Amino acid sequence: MMSIRRSTNLIGALVLAGSLCAVASAQKGQTLLNVSYDPTRELYQDYNAAFARYWKTKTGEDITIHQSHSGSGKQARAVIDGLEADVVTLALAYDIDAIAQKGDLLPTNWQTRLPHNSAPYTSTIVFLVRHGNPKQITDWDDLVRPGVVVITPNPKTSGGARWNYLAAWGSALKHHGNDAAAAKEFVTKLYKHVPVLDTGARGATVTFVERGIGDVLIAWENEALLAVRELDQGQFEIVAPSLSIVAEPPVTLVDRVVDRRGTRAIAQAYLDYLYSEEGQEIAAKHYYRPRLQAVAAKYATQFPQIELFTLAELFGDWQQTQQVHFSDGGVFDQMYQPGQ
Amino acid sequence: MRKPHVAEPTAVRWGVMAVALVFLILFLVVPLAAVFTEAFRKGVGVYLAALREPDALAAIRLTLLTAVITVPLNLVFGVVAAWAIAKFEFPGKQLLITLIDLPFSVSPVVAGLIYVLLFGRQGWFGPWLTAHHIKMVFAVPGIVLATMFVTCPFVARELIPLMQAQGTDDEEAARVLGASGWQIFWRVTLPNITWGLLYGVILCNARAMGEFGAVSVVSGHIRGQTNTIPLHVEILYNEYHAAAAFAVASLLALLALITLAAKTVVERKARQSLKGFVHEY
Amino acid sequence: MSAIRGRRHRVIPGFGLTLGVTLLYLSLIVLIPLSATFLKASTAGWSACWHTVTEPRALASYRLSFGAAFIGAAVNAIMGLVVAWVLVRYQFPGRRIIDALVDLPFALPTAVAGITLTTVLSVHGWIGRYLEPLGITAAFSPLGVVIALIFIGLPFVVRTVQPVLQALDPELEEAAASLGAGRWQTFARVIIPELWPALLTGFALAFARAIGEYGSVVFISGNMPMRTEITPLLIITKLEQYDYAGATAIGVFMLLVSFALLLVINLLQWWSGKRHA
Repeated sequence: MMSIRRSTNLIGALVLAGSLCAVASAQKGQTLLNVSYDPTRELYQDYNAAFARYWKTKTGEDITIHQSHSGSGKQARAVIDGLEADVVTLALAYDIDAIAQKGDLLPTNWQTRLPHNSAPYTSTIVFLVRHGNPKQITDWDDLVRPGVVVITPNPKTSGGARWNYLAAWGSALKHHGNDAAAAKEFVTKLYKHVPVLDTGARGATVTFVERGIGDVLIAWENEALLAVRELDQGQFEIVAPSLSIVAEPPVTLVDRVVDRRGTRAIAQAYLDYLYSEEGQEIAAKHYYRPRLQAVAAKYATQFPQIELFTLAELFGDWQQTQQVHFSDGGVFDQMYQPGQ
Repeated sequence: MRKPHVAEPTAVRWGVMAVALVFLILFLVVPLAAVFTEAFRKGVGVYLAALREPDALAAIRLTLLTAVITVPLNLVFGVVAAWAIAKFEFPGKQLLITLIDLPFSVSPVVAGLIYVLLFGRQGWFGPWLTAHHIKMVFAVPGIVLATMFVTCPFVARELIPLMQAQGTDDEEAARVLGASGWQIFWRVTLPNITWGLLYGVILCNARAMGEFGAVSVVSGHIRGQTNTIPLHVEILYNEYHAAAAFAVASLLALLALITLAAKTVVERKARQSLKGFVHEY
Repeated sequence: MSAIRGRRHRVIPGFGLTLGVTLLYLSLIVLIPLSATFLKASTAGWSACWHTVTEPRALASYRLSFGAAFIGAAVNAIMGLVVAWVLVRYQFPGRRIIDALVDLPFALPTAVAGITLTTVLSVHGWIGRYLEPLGITAAFSPLGVVIALIFIGLPFVVRTVQPVLQALDPELEEAAASLGAGRWQTFARVIIPELWPALLTGFALAFARAIGEYGSVVFISGNMPMRTEITPLLIITKLEQYDYAGATAIGVFMLLVSFALLLVINLLQWWSGKRHA
């Protein structure tokens, strides 16, 4: 009798699990899943609503867009392992490259399929300091002055942190006439001023803003602007360094998924619309630098003037960059070896 | 009341109590107070709004569903395993106990990862599942499985020492008197272990509802679809809605307090019935 | 008692059935999935695995993860006994509330626990602000890791010791007292041996749980390579580089070590139970 009851329990659970699978796979109407990274949550909430309206007026179809947000690398891994993303919008091209190479879900030349390296908006890396800028921080060199505490996340686990690292490296490189040894020395010194390496960009912002740790936060420009405008007003100021990097968060559709689900057309439209005037306007409202000249001019006062360099100019492509700086035993790891 | 010669001197009693209470206040009361303080920082309105939001409701539903599936299965497993281990001697018993303990010590990150390795698109069963359009990871079944893995030891671990301490004399007596295995379990063993069983279920349930690391790996983080309460808390926190995050988190803290209040009541009832039982003799 | 049980055990029915079901369930839910990690780790080859698990950064993280877990579990063994004692033996107002509260670390999602502890212990937090003038940095230091691990392991010892203490026959203590034993002697010679298996179990569980803990620790640890980086974070770091084999190699290593430790503790407990029976 015991065994009977137990086996009915087991069967019941299996049936339940089975029916759940069925429910999960049979959904009504068109849906799209956009798998993105942490700071774009508010951006895509707005954009999804705008695109649904646009799609409704254009085709008369209703569309539901689901969002998934987490660290950029973690999201890429989930897509490789089977998260059915129609569209991915991640922090760096390296993560989408991984989906193409390790997951074989899209062609390796994906970045050429949309204008501007498939990055419809850009951002850059700036400093966030406490009100009144008590430590008088104006540029990269000030970060390594004695007594300055810097907050930046861990570049091994955070996409945003890799942009921070590369912005610091590139600025030092340009400052010292392309001397790689000097750049390495500067960045090594810089990370000695970092007391905590959060795993994600948002974690670092919380450490700086809510825990009150550190004198300066190296952050995405859009995150810094968000913190200044929408968190505790008047507590923080943005400092624009003289030099920084163009951070390009790219977007693409996932070919194998859209072809199987029959969502290619709508996924393509979803990405194209990011480049439209309305799409660019929404990006600018969420403090991303728009590509479209008209919108960029309109929001020009929002963004500080910074001399910018690109990844390609100083580092080559993401594969090389990752290999040299962030792989195991790479430059970043060497900084933390004993004796450094 | 306890006889004086088996009690500690008053000074020692007070000393021990003071140490225990200070420790508990520092480690339990302060964090709990912090959760509720943060939850109500922006007022009751924000608190209630955070709980009524559709994504929060979806997270609560998913968490309840997960617990409803995992807890009964682990309950049955726990009783069966404890029966085998506590009532019989066999070689390799310590090994078996250790294997049951194992999910405790597996890092939640790894616990999630193993299901990705099994059912992910590039995992062992990945191609078959994809071909049959069955979603395991990044969908509800993966969340349920990961939770089952993590909570599997709770009931068993609670019952094994208890049943071992109780020995087998009662069951053997019942057997000699002609009771069947099922009758022995139902009439003799179960009444003896009700307290521990219930307790194991409460722990199992709390952990099933609160698991973060493992579920985070297999969830896919799709809002309103595959977010459990703990994941929803993380999302809110990352959106700088600290008050809302702690509001949702306080639900789980409340749940713990309620189930434990229930436990206290059951425990008292059990003791009363035992007293009546003793009285009859 | 166990001597008698050893001879007569097959009197009770259900051995084959219960053991069979236990093994089946355990295989399906725990063993087969875990074997997947072993196979994945082995794809990299033995020498690559060995290299991954013995690099200096990994070694530093084991020192922190295992060391902090051990200290946390040891503190919990002592404090858990004290707490269980107070809850079982003493009557005081609010006892039931405190009793219920002990399970809070189980119920609170680990991420919330981590965020909350960091909030409380950081420089401007409720407790951190009093520690800072003393020169103690609790958040983002190994101490913070230990505190988080004490928090998550706290209920284990209390809950394993409590029922045994409750079931302890008062006649034992009365007998010891009537034979002239002082209270401390009774405690050390009569009560502790009875509680010993439960204490060990609680310690083992708290320790095992603490080794792999991620959610509550990662917020408070600071994550500095070589100093405050816990082993699970190292696994995440490997995954972030799509190095599944490396990640599982470290995972498997942790698993083997904690399995060995648990086995030793369980055997120890079995042995001490036998000796005292």
